[in-house]
Amino acid sequence: MENIRTTKGAIRPPQPPGPLKWVRDNLFNNWYNTLLTVVLVPTVLFVLVQSILWVFTKADWRPIIENPMLFAVGQYPRDQLWRVAIGLSGIMFLMGASWGKWGGLLRTISLSFAIVFAFLALLPVQLETLDTDLRIYLGSTVLLIFIGAWLGRLKAVKKAYILIGWAIMPIISIIFLIGFEGVEKIPEVSTTFWGGLLVTFLLSAGGILASFPIGLALALGRRSSLPVVKGFSIAFIETVRGVPLVTILFMFSIILVLLLPADSSLDRLFRAWMAVTFFSAAYTAENIRGGLQAVPIGQIEAAKAVGMNAFQTMLFIVMPQALRAVLPTIVGQFISLFKDTTLVVIVGINDLLGIGRSVINMEPAFLQLDLEVYMFIAAVYWVFSYFMSRASARLETTMGTRTTL
Amino acid sequence: MASTQTPLVQKSSIPFYRDERILKIIAQVVSTVVIGGFIFLAVINFRNAANARGLTLTFDFLKESAGFPISNPPIDYDPTMTFGRAFFVGLVNTLLVSVTGIFAATILGTLVALARLSSNWLLSHIALSYIEFFRNIPLLVLLFIVYFVVFGNLPVVKESIVWPGPIYINKRGFYLTWPQLTESGTPFVIMLSIGFVVALVVYFLLRRRREISGQDTYYLPVSLGIVILSGLLGWVFSGGTPFQLSTPVLEGFNFSGGLRFTPEFAGMLLALSTYTAAFIAEVVRAGIQAVDRGQLEAARAVGLTTMQVLSLIIMPQALRIIIPPMISQYLNLTKNSSLALAIGFQEVFSVGKIVINQAGRAVPVFGLIMLTYLVLSLLTSMVLNLFNRRIQLVTR
Repeated sequence: MENIRTTKGAIRPPQPPGPLKWVRDNLFNNWYNTLLTVVLVPTVLFVLVQSILWVFTKADWRPIIENPMLFAVGQYPRDQLWRVAIGLSGIMFLMGASWGKWGGLLRTISLSFAIVFAFLALLPVQLETLDTDLRIYLGSTVLLIFIGAWLGRLKAVKKAYILIGWAIMPIISIIFLIGFEGVEKIPEVSTTFWGGLLVTFLLSAGGILASFPIGLALALGRRSSLPVVKGFSIAFIETVRGVPLVTILFMFSIILVLLLPADSSLDRLFRAWMAVTFFSAAYTAENIRGGLQAVPIGQIEAAKAVGMNAFQTMLFIVMPQALRAVLPTIVGQFISLFKDTTLVVIVGINDLLGIGRSVINMEPAFLQLDLEVYMFIAAVYWVFSYFMSRASARLETTMGTRTTL
Repeated sequence: MASTQTPLVQKSSIPFYRDERILKIIAQVVSTVVIGGFIFLAVINFRNAANARGLTLTFDFLKESAGFPISNPPIDYDPTMTFGRAFFVGLVNTLLVSVTGIFAATILGTLVALARLSSNWLLSHIALSYIEFFRNIPLLVLLFIVYFVVFGNLPVVKESIVWPGPIYINKRGFYLTWPQLTESGTPFVIMLSIGFVVALVVYFLLRRRREISGQDTYYLPVSLGIVILSGLLGWVFSGGTPFQLSTPVLEGFNFSGGLRFTPEFAGMLLALSTYTAAFIAEVVRAGIQAVDRGQLEAARAVGLTTMQVLSLIIMPQALRIIIPPMISQYLNLTKNSSLALAIGFQEVFSVGKIVINQAGRAVPVFGLIMLTYLVLSLLTSMVLNLFNRRIQLVTR
C-alpha cells in the first residue's frame, strides 16, 4: 500500500490571477497593445482630470442651482406646487407597491427614484432653493416608496388593487394638475405654464402608455384577413415609420386643426402628446407584431384543438406569450421615446430642453453658461436612459429563464 | 378501413352569428364603414376649413417666385427663383448631409466597434464609454452642444484657428484646402469614370472566371491597373494639370477659395455622425461577435493569413447579420437630419416650413415633405435590400 499517497499539496485549484498578471494579460499582452496602452493612459488621465476639474471648479452651475423648480415643473404656479407634489407622491407610492408585488425591473426603478430623492433631501449643501419644506417632502416621498413596498408584499393587497391604482392614479393626477375653472382651491392651470421634467415625463410615459393599445390594434390589424383593416394598418405604420417625428409633430400642430370640426380647439400640449402617441404606436405595432410572430403555430393549433375560439386563443394563448417576448423591446422603445420628446422644443413646448434654453436666455450672465446647462440636461437624460437600458437588458435575461413552467 | 363518409358538421345547424364566413363579411363591412367614415369626416372638415380660409390643394404655387433667401445654397439659387427650386435646394441639402453623415458614421462606428473588440482593456472600455455616452443622450441636446456651445465659441475670422493642411476654423465655418477641377479637368474626369466602369466590369468577369475555373485571374491588380492607366491617359489627354489645389485665402473680412463647410452643415454632420456611430458600433460589434469562433479557428488551421481570415471568413458572415439593422440606422440618420431645423440648416423640412409661411399652403407642402422622406426611405431600403439579398446565405 505504499503507492497510495495523498495528493495534498500537489493539486490545487488555480490561483485567481493577481493584479499584475491581469495588467499583463489585458494591457501589455503584445507589442502593439503595449504601445496603445502607453499612448492611451496619459490621454485618458488628462481628459478625466480636466473633466473633473471642470465640473468641480471651472463650471458655474448657477443657472441650475438658482432655478431647480423651473427645470422640474416649468412655470407651474408656485403656490399650486402641492398639486404636482401629491401626484408625484401617489405615483411613487404605487411604484413602491408594485415593487413589493412584482420586484424585478420595478425594484430597480423605485430604488433609483428613492436614491435620487434621498440624495436631494440630504444634500449637505445649504441652498436657498432647496429649503427645509422641500427636503421634508422629498424625504417623506422616499418613506412612501418603502411603505408602498412593504404593503405590496402583504398577501392582503391583491395585484388587482395595484393595477386599478395604476389605471386611476395617472388620470386623477392629470385632472388634478389641470384643475377646474372657477374652483378657488384648485384653479385651472393652463398647460402653457407646464414645463421641465414634468412635461418630459408626461409626454414620454403618457405617449408609451397610450400608444400601447393603438399599437396592439395596429399589429392585429396588420395580421388581419380583412383587406380594409390590413391595408389601413400597413399604410399607417409604414407612413409614420417612414417620416421623421418632427413632421408628425408639425402635422399635429398645423394640419390637424383643418381635419377637425371648425369650432374645435385642442390644447398645444395635448396635440404634442397625440403626435408622440401616434408616432410611438407605429413602432409599438411593429414590435408587437414581432412578438406575435414568435408564438409557435403549435400553440394556436393546440388552442383550437381544445375548442377555444379565435378571441379566446388570442387573449389567453397568443397575447400573454407575445407580450412577454416583446417587453424588453418596449422598454427600449420607451427609452428612445423619452429621448425623442426633446423634439417638442421645435413646436414651442417647454420640456426639459426647452426650459434649459429659456434659462440660458434669462440673464445675460447665463448666456456664457450654456455648456453647463446643456451638460446638466444631457446628464439627466443620460442617467434615466442608461439605467432603463440596463434594467431592460436584465429583463431580457430573466425573461429568458422564466419562459419554462 | 372502410368508413362511412358522414359530414362532421351539419352546415344547416350553425346559426348565422357563429358562422365564420358570415362573421368575416360583417367585420369587413363594419371596418370599412368605420375607417371610411373617419376619412370621410376628415375630408368634409378639411373642405370646410379650406373654403373658410381660402386654402387650395393645388401645387401650382411651386412655379411662383419664392422671394426668400437660402444661406449658402449648394446649387444655384436666388430669391427670384421658384418655390419648387427652393424646395429642391432643401432636398439637395438633406441628401448632402445624409450621405456624408452615413459615410462618416459608418467609418467612425466601425472603428469604435473594432476598438470595442480589442484585446486591450483600456481601448475596449474607451469605446464602451463612447457608445454608452452617445446612445443615452438625446440627439437634439448633442446638436445644441455642438452647434451653440462648441461652434458658438469659435474665434472670429481674423483670429482663425489654423490646422495643418491648411485648414482654417472660425465662426463662419471650416475652410479646407481642396483640389479644384481646372478647365482641362473635364476630359480627365471622363476618362477616369470610363476606366472605373471598365475596371468594375473586368473585376466581376475575372472573379467569376476564377470561381468557375479555380485559376487565379489576378482580378484585383488587373482592375486596379485599369483605373490607374485610365487616370494616366486622361491626364495626358487633358494636356496639363487637371486639378489645382485651391487654398483658402483671407480677403478682407472673409476667406475665399478652398472648400467651405458652413457651421450649420458641419454641426449637423458632426452631431449626426457621432450619434449614429454609437448605434452602428453596436450593430457591427454584434455582427462580428455572432460569427462562430470555430470559423475563425478553422480558418487559422487551414493556414489563412489574418487579412484573409477577416476578409474571406469573418466579414462575409458578419455582414449578413449587420446589413439589416444597418439599413434601419441609415434610415434613422436620414430622418434625423430633419432636426437641422433647430439650428437653421436649410434642408427639406426647414425650407418646407418657410414655404408654408410664405405661400400659406400647409397641406400640399406637408404632403410634399412627407412624400420626400417616404421616397428617400423607400429608395434607401430598396438599394440596401438588393445588396442584402446578394450577400445572404443561399440555402438549398
